[in-house]
Amino acid sequence: MTSPLSLVGEASEATGLRPSFAARLRPVLIRLAAAIFVLWGAVTVTFIALSVLPGDRATIILNITSGQAIARTPAELTPINRAYGFDQPMVEQYARYIGGLLHGDFGTSYELQRPVAKIIGEQIGPTFTLAISALVLAWIFAVPWTLLTAGQGRRLGSFGSAAETITAGLPHYWVGILLLIVFAITLGWFPVIGGTSFMNTVLPTITLALPLAGFLGQSIRGEFDRTMREPFVLSARTRGMSAAGVRARHVLRHALIPAITLSGWAIGSLLSGAVLVETVFARPGLGSVLVSAVSDKDFPLVSGIVILNAFLYVVINLVVDLIYRLVDPRLRGTA
Amino acid sequence: MMDTVIDHLNEASIESGIGESVLQAQGLNIWFAQESGESRHVVKDVSFDLRAGQCIAIVGESGSGKSVTARALVGLAGQGATVAADRLALEGETLLDRPEAWWGSVRGRKIGFILQDALVSLDPLRPVGKEIEEALWLHKWGTRKTRLQKVRQTLWDVGVPEPDLLVKQRPGELSGGLRQRALIASAIALHPDIVIADEPTTALDVTVQAQVLSVLKEMLGRGTSVILISHDLAVVSQLADIILVMQGGAIVEAGPRGEVLGRPRHPYTQQLIDAVPSEHTKGTRLSPHGGAVAQTLFRAERADLADSPVPLLDARGIVKSFPGPGGLRRTVVKDVSFTLARGETLGIVGESGSGKSTLARIALSLERPDSGEVRFLGRPWSSASIADQRAIRRRISVVYQDPLSSFDPRWRVSRILSDAICLQEVMPRGQVEDRAVHLLEAVGLSAAHLEQWPLRMSGGQRQRVAIARAIATHPEVVVLDEAVSALDVSIQAQILDLLSDLQVQLQISYLFISHDLGVIHHMSDRVLVMQNGRAVEQGTADDVFRNPQHAYTQQLLASLPRLEYANLRKAAAWS
Repeated sequence: MTSPLSLVGEASEATGLRPSFAARLRPVLIRLAAAIFVLWGAVTVTFIALSVLPGDRATIILNITSGQAIARTPAELTPINRAYGFDQPMVEQYARYIGGLLHGDFGTSYELQRPVAKIIGEQIGPTFTLAISALVLAWIFAVPWTLLTAGQGRRLGSFGSAAETITAGLPHYWVGILLLIVFAITLGWFPVIGGTSFMNTVLPTITLALPLAGFLGQSIRGEFDRTMREPFVLSARTRGMSAAGVRARHVLRHALIPAITLSGWAIGSLLSGAVLVETVFARPGLGSVLVSAVSDKDFPLVSGIVILNAFLYVVINLVVDLIYRLVDPRLRGTA
Repeated sequence: MMDTVIDHLNEASIESGIGESVLQAQGLNIWFAQESGESRHVVKDVSFDLRAGQCIAIVGESGSGKSVTARALVGLAGQGATVAADRLALEGETLLDRPEAWWGSVRGRKIGFILQDALVSLDPLRPVGKEIEEALWLHKWGTRKTRLQKVRQTLWDVGVPEPDLLVKQRPGELSGGLRQRALIASAIALHPDIVIADEPTTALDVTVQAQVLSVLKEMLGRGTSVILISHDLAVVSQLADIILVMQGGAIVEAGPRGEVLGRPRHPYTQQLIDAVPSEHTKGTRLSPHGGAVAQTLFRAERADLADSPVPLLDARGIVKSFPGPGGLRRTVVKDVSFTLARGETLGIVGESGSGKSTLARIALSLERPDSGEVRFLGRPWSSASIADQRAIRRRISVVYQDPLSSFDPRWRVSRILSDAICLQEVMPRGQVEDRAVHLLEAVGLSAAHLEQWPLRMSGGQRQRVAIARAIATHPEVVVLDEAVSALDVSIQAQILDLLSDLQVQLQISYLFISHDLGVIHHMSDRVLVMQNGRAVEQGTADDVFRNPQHAYTQQLLASLPRLEYANLRKAAAWS
């Protein structure tokens, strides 16, 4: 008589695909370690860039706060160097910088003389909303579009594909200005002056979403056409499923996989795209803060935004990996 | 001509006392529109009459139009296809010019369709239970609860031991046999009167093939009518009442099984039967003579070759493991030893996953064994340094199942060959070309093929190029890893004949790896049987196949469908 427990063991050995808890945890830990490594890399590169860029930092600080642009005497610079710790060895500055970051201290903005974390905290909301809603909207554009035009004959496919290629190549600033002129100025449907309300968010979101939808559509279409030729599509048809049913229930899921991968990458391009779009639409957000911080050489603020972007990038790619495993169960249990 | 065929069929149905007609085709023609605007006539005047409980087999090579015929019967001939017939009827109702919605209610409910290898014929992202339930759901059968019950019942009916476990698994997690049964379950869940099986056992191991055949046999016993599409005459001889032989889109011969296989009237049928390799074909040619070939030496005359004291390849205690899922290591080759003498063929036979391909890679030193050693002419080979291995490499070459994936798609035949020729020695350009032409002629091609792209060549021609490349460096050993497994039976026959000729001319040794027992027996002097990484039996081909000692070998041989009629016929011809 075998015990129930050993029966379970045998069954799972027979199928060979029920990895232990530890084995399933391993890939998660590996990913987490990789994420931390990426963040550390971003922080370190930013720090090095900050330290070696031309221009004496103490001079920059004095000039920013006083609104002048003149050479300073050592007597003026010494107290600044001491206050900011610029007179200490590089390694020590680095250690203090990392230590500060671990405590959530991103330093103080040279220009605004306020903590960087606070400035970013105030501005991240609108930018994040913009980027995420653009991503969602791009998916809303791309999925039905490919579902309607892919894998149903060459003519429709070429038309769909051409539309995607053109959209993917549209520059953000051009789309933004065009939308602004047509829908805000001529038709007056949307406000011209920037803000963060819903109506203010529509046009910037479309601006960011259109080119991305083109990219996503292209990658969905390629996989869609390939999957349509798989034998399991024919076998679903022979079971009595309609052509439309096979496309929506079987093929689409396969076709989405590369687009999901692309979405992780897209976050990076959306955040940088947001800089332009926020400027075009005079919309508050990290974009406008970053632009002015860069032109003023407000290093702590710039590096804070860079680190935050790296962080968002890492987090979103972790989420993408998770979604990936939901859509493609074959990946579960692999590293 | 066609009338006599139909008469034959009717006679056969009456003789076997089988019921009324369920599916009828008369003068079925199919054309495909081509890019050039012309249309290609792929099925020509095909007629048959399927009776209740009867099995009609359509036999032919790839491109003969048999699959298109089958698909036309469920209205899925494909994009750009024009289907016309004098009569095409299911239980008296015409199948011509039906709207999609009508087809939706016929497919899966009245006609079930089984495709080949379920690894690609079931959606890899979904649990198979969902896939089978879908067949019921599409025809609005029952509630979710009763559907799940029905799914389990159907799986049980097709011989799945643990339906509860299987429904939650995806195709990739299942063995070939379970997968194919799940696919069959999805096709027959609603008990259709007619089942069309398109190459249902192709690419399956022989034991799995036997299981699938017995499921089909059981369905026939329950009164289901079956149309079986296959290129494998042995499989067909197990099930078919009527056999239709197709060539170039037309039926060239049709009749009851015994007549077609036992007294074939058409030369093409004869050729198909002769091309099947088996123990009886050993030492004989499989394909009709064509072109100049070397005199065929029989194996007995080559016995002296096998007597050289040091074997060409000597593998001792080979063990190889790979990292598996869950951090465990999977041992795929467990303590295997073999030798290969000059001019000899060692057949390695086993089912997928038995470790035979890994063993081949180790014999080629593409993989280092965890323990054990392969020696080449007594010298270290698997344990040699990369530089030392390079000196030996050209003396062992390989031919794979799918040559297309081992050719650079941007290279023409001339470049594929000259690349291999120059591995051995650097010579002037003109000489390289002469040698390339010489190689092509040796494998039955000509200088005209030099500037062709492999992609544009037929499967048989491609495999000939792969063989030409393999012998370009004057190797002493050629590893043939499932080298004929993807070929149609008559092409396979030609390639096997070619390999036999080359072996005699060039005195090459073959390490011949295949899952096909007939091919192995036909080609091999000695045989090594592998199961789960172990060599369970080793000996001369005749000993192993006629008097198997190990239970696994016995099981393999028992599962092998045999072409009894052909053997009978051959025996009759001798007496």
